[in-house]
This record gives sequence, structure tokens and C-alpha cells, in this order.
Amino acid sequence: MSTARGRQKAAFFILGFATLLVVLPIILTILYIVKNGFSAISWEFIAQSPRNGMRQGGIFPAIVGTIVLIIGTMIFSLPLGILSAIYLVEYAKDNAFTRLIKLSVVNLSGIPSIVYGLFGFTLFVLFLRLGTSILAGALTLSIMSLPVIITATKEALEAVPYSFREISFSLGATRWQTVRYCVLPYAIPGILTGTVLSLSRAAGETAPILFTVAAFYLPRLPRSVFDQVMALPYHLYVISTQVPNMPTSISFATAVVLIALVFLMNLVSILLRAHFRKKKQW
Amino acid sequence: MHKRISEYIIETCIRLSGLVVIAFVFLIFLFLLKDSLSLFGVYPVNGFLLGIHWLPISEPPKFGIIPLFLGSLYVTFGAILICVPLGIASAMFIAEVAPPSLKHILKSLVEILASIPSVVLGFIGIIWLGPFLKTTFHLTTGMCGLTGSLLLAFMALPTIISISEDALVGVPKSFKEAAYGLGATRWQALWRIILPSASSGIFAGVMLGIGRVIGETMVVMMVTGNSPIIPTSILQPLRTLTATIAGEMGETVSGSEHYFALFAVGLVLFIITFIINFLAELFLQRTRR
Repeated sequence: MSTARGRQKAAFFILGFATLLVVLPIILTILYIVKNGFSAISWEFIAQSPRNGMRQGGIFPAIVGTIVLIIGTMIFSLPLGILSAIYLVEYAKDNAFTRLIKLSVVNLSGIPSIVYGLFGFTLFVLFLRLGTSILAGALTLSIMSLPVIITATKEALEAVPYSFREISFSLGATRWQTVRYCVLPYAIPGILTGTVLSLSRAAGETAPILFTVAAFYLPRLPRSVFDQVMALPYHLYVISTQVPNMPTSISFATAVVLIALVFLMNLVSILLRAHFRKKKQW
Repeated sequence: MHKRISEYIIETCIRLSGLVVIAFVFLIFLFLLKDSLSLFGVYPVNGFLLGIHWLPISEPPKFGIIPLFLGSLYVTFGAILICVPLGIASAMFIAEVAPPSLKHILKSLVEILASIPSVVLGFIGIIWLGPFLKTTFHLTTGMCGLTGSLLLAFMALPTIISISEDALVGVPKSFKEAAYGLGATRWQALWRIILPSASSGIFAGVMLGIGRVIGETMVVMMVTGNSPIIPTSILQPLRTLTATIAGEMGETVSGSEHYFALFAVGLVLFIITFIINFLAELFLQRTRR
């Protein structure tokens, strides 16, 4: 018995050590970036345009560009994602066609982001003649975000007890009335959580926007959806690889702003989840 | 009557949006295939798939995918060696060993890691990890396969940990209780009963993690040195399939041989990730049953 106990102790120690090896670099990375970037963050850095070949000034156009892209992505992917999930959970029969949709969702979620970039470039930029534009970039990011939104919405819909639907049907409601009034209201929290999470991922992506929307240096705000914009992740890529003699404090500060934006969105999704969970009554 | 019409419209939209998802996958495949076929009209398929030189701007240009494929393979293999044992061990710790409060903190930290944009990790690779490896291992350059592998392992960990942890937690409690009843310690129950029962879920997590590593673009483009030659060691600069597309697309002329070659590389990536995700899904379905 004592050897078994000893072995357990050793094994748990190794597992704990492995976990430490995973967790410690996460904390150190965040601290390292914040420590080096925090001093360069000021109101001017957030609210001004870059100057002097991006070596001075701020990153305001990149922040605006990323926010515009997030909003554009949400406009396209949210309705489509929710409707597809409603179809899968509430309407679809268990047949080959449904399985094909499910397989497509799995497949979409696994396609490399750079392949989305290629696809967006040929379909939206060239074939549909949208040019390198906010519209092309947002559409590309939307398709990429679709599988995450569908999966989250599906889980949220499936979590609504089946008895809700039975009662609604028994009162003579149609399928759509049932979905609209007895299922969707209770699934909204899960849908919102998943959506914000997927948008936070889209906000940090670089590869899909490389050829579809991102501008190397464009120190003004977009005027229409056919304009190019700067975006935070692409800007960080540009200043850390393409600009010689770049002061690293600016790169670090850009990384801090990008991480802060993504974390803020994650926090919103966590708070939404917590808020609605408290109100849940079944 | 008005109600009926709006209901008809919305239900049509719902049915159509199911179709749209399938349409996207087909469209992506078709567009990649169309432009790849344009390459194979002027460049032999064998020369592309088996060629050992990627020289897109030499005269005549050579589009052999082998150096890029091996670049991806080296970096991926290095990442797997690091992230699979670490990921499964942490999942075991989080699922079965850690007390509830610690468990909560650890899971949040893993979620934080999942949300860090890849370009930020690439930046860390350039500014710190690359130079650090260079001085530690006396390399000629820190921008090499190993730097990429380490960062990619880091990126794949959240996927592997969260899916493996789900699989471990999903093993019926009665299995564990039966083992305890027979006098097994917590470790014996975990190692001999819970881990094998969760193996297909863990395997799915590993596959999805690998898919993520192969498809990752920005990190490898920023830190692996961008050298499209056949790598002989992971300590050398190399270039992956993804980094080639991202790095060269901006310089090609739309409709040129080089342009089509990059789509052919994209098609290869699409097929590889399709197979990996399909396998992962099969294993996930097995765990659900």
C-alpha cells in the first residue's frame, strides 16, 4: 500500500509540474508584454495617427479599423449563424443532408485562416469586384467565425428543455412560434456568449485580412465600406517585421492594446454568462 | 394571413442558411481547385507534388512543394512532441487532481492563452524567444523551426487541454467508484481506468490541436526564418505551407503561374486539415456514444 501511495504522490507531482510548465509561461508572457508596453501607452498613443513611418505617434486608425471589422463581421455572421443553428436543432431531420451540414460546420472550423484569406481574396476581392475593402475583409472574417457561432448557438438551443417545446406545441403553436417565443429567449445568453467569443477571435486574426482589407499604412479613417483600413493585428505584424529601427516600446504598446481589446471582449462574454446564469429558473 | 407569410419567409431563410454552410465549404474547395487546375495546365502535377525546389521567381520557375511540406512537418512534429504530453498531463491534473478552486483558476488561464492573438505570440518569438534560443543553444539564428515549434505547441495547448479535460470528466463516475471499491488509489484509478476510457476523446483533442498547428500562419511566418529549402534539422530556418502563401501572395501578379501555385498550396492545406478534422470528429462521436 505504501508503494502505491508513494507512486501516487510522484505521479501527481509530475502532473502538477506539467501544469505549471503550461500555466507559468502564460502568466509570464502577459506580464512581460504589459511591463514593456505599459509605459508607452498614453492618450496620444490611443487617439492619434501614426507619424514618421509609424515610428512615432499613435495607433488610432488601427483601433478604429479593427472595431469596424468586428462590427462588420457581426452583421454578416450573427444572423446567418443563428439561423443555421436553428435549422440544425429545431427543423432538421436526422438524414444524410443534416449530417452533411454538420460535417461542413466541422470542416469550416478546421480550415486554416490563411486559406480563408485566399478564398476571400478570389471570391470577394476579385470575383465579386469588391476590391481590397472593409466589406471583403468583414465577409471573409464572417465565414471564418460562422462555425463557432453555429456551435455555440446549437449548444444553447439544445440546453433549453424539450418540455418547453412540447407545451408550446400542445397549445397549438406552430414550429416557428415555438422557436421564437419558447426557445430563443432562453437560448439568448448562450448565443451571446459564443458570439462575443468568436468575434474576439476574429479581432485578433491577421491571415484572413492580409489580402482582403488590411492597409500597411493609412493614417486616416475609412469613409465607406469600400475603403481599406489598418487593423491592430496586421499593424503589429508590420511594425515588428517590416519597419526597420522600430522602437520596441511602440510594438509592445500595440500588443498591449490588442490583448486588452480581446480580453475585454472575453470579459464581456464571461459577465454575460454569469449574469444570465443567475436569472436561470429551471 | 399576414402572420403566415412572415412565418413562411423566416422558415425559408432558416432552411436556406443550412444550405449556405454547405455551399461555403464547396465554394472554398471549388475556388481553390479552379485556380490549382490553372497551374496544372502549365505545370506538371508530379513536379508540384514531388518537386524538391521551390523557386517561384527563377527562370524557369520551380514549384516543388516538398520543401514547404517538410517545413510544415518538422515544425508540426516538434510542436506535437512538446504539447501532447504536456497537454494531456495538465488535463489529467485539472480534471482529477486539482482542488475545485485551483481548477477554476487553471481553466481560466488556459482560456486566456486561447485568446492571445497569434501575431502577439509571433512578436514574442521575434523579440524574446528567438534571441533567447540563439544564445542558449549557440545557434546561427534564432529564427528557426524550434522557435516556431515551441510557440505553436503553446498555441495548440488550449485545444488539447480543454477537449481532453472534457473527455476525462465525461467518464462515468461509477468506473472510478468501482476502482476505489477494489482498493485502487486515485492515481491507479486515473491511470488504468479513467485515462483509457477517455482515450478517444483525448485523441480527438490531439488531432484538433495538430490541425491548429498545421494551419497556423502568422507565428511561423514571423519566427521560422522564411527559407524555402529542404530542412535537415529543426534548428535551421525553414518555411511552412501557410507562411509561403501569406508571404508571397502580396508579390504575385493575379493570374500568373506563381499566383496559381499558391492556390495549389492552399488546396493541399485544405485537404490535409479536412482529413484531420474528419478523423477528430469520428473519434468525438465515438466518445458521445
